[in-house]
Amino acid sequence: MLLEIRERRVGDVVILDLIGKITIGEGSVQLRDSVSRLLDQGSNRIILNLGGVTYVDSSGIGELVSRYTTTKNTGGRLKLLSLPKKIKDLLMITKLLTVFEIYEDEQVALESF
Amino acid sequence: MMLAENVVELSIASQLEFIDLVTTLTDNITGMVGFDEEAAYWINMAVRESVANAVEHGNKYDTQKTVDIRFTIGTDALRVSIRDYGEGFDPSSLPDPLDPNNILNPAGRGILYMRTFMDSVEYERHPEGGMLVTMSKRRAPKPLDEGDHKHDAVGN
Repeated sequence: MLLEIRERRVGDVVILDLIGKITIGEGSVQLRDSVSRLLDQGSNRIILNLGGVTYVDSSGIGELVSRYTTTKNTGGRLKLLSLPKKIKDLLMITKLLTVFEIYEDEQVALESF
Repeated sequence: MMLAENVVELSIASQLEFIDLVTTLTDNITGMVGFDEEAAYWINMAVRESVANAVEHGNKYDTQKTVDIRFTIGTDALRVSIRDYGEGFDPSSLPDPLDPNNILNPAGRGILYMRTFMDSVEYERHPEGGMLVTMSKRRAPKPLDEGDHKHDAVGN
């Protein structure tokens, strides 16, 4: 499995700890399915913890954007936590750094909802 | 098939599962050539993006069609060419991913990343069909006191 996704709940916020690669094919699909399942359950306050992500390609970046948009469209919010530098670089190159709410500290991210 | 000196070729069927084989080979070559870790990481990504485009948009996942990858290790630069056997396209016709109207598009960033991480990226229609992408990345000049440049091509 390219991407391992562990789910934690803190109050009404769901934190998905992502470990591995978010790349075209399996990794992107796993992320899409996990967030879709949460939204189907009515959980639309989501933090993606990317601290354990080792590689993201353009498909993975696209998936982050899609999940952000989909969550927002339900009236919820999807935020990013602990971005590795290279993912930050990829978001900056494509002018996405200011689109996402990005946090370094989990507690601060939780309190931002 | 006879290959020129310092050329490595690989053909894969059009399956995403094989992309990792190509990027593993890419890492071996960039390590052998002597790119630093940062440059090697981004070259890996540029190759991944190009091969993924060839599988997805070029060959449209037709496993009867291959994606052909050629690494040419020059004394001045590493060149990577990726060929598919699809219908071809005009890269200038693609939407600009940095246009504010496209910022939230789910796709369309791969070529921008390739152009950012490599020194040159050129697209051409192959005369026998399909697209040929040729990318290059300059090798960092070696310090003058490191001696004989005749052996630079393979980094030893």
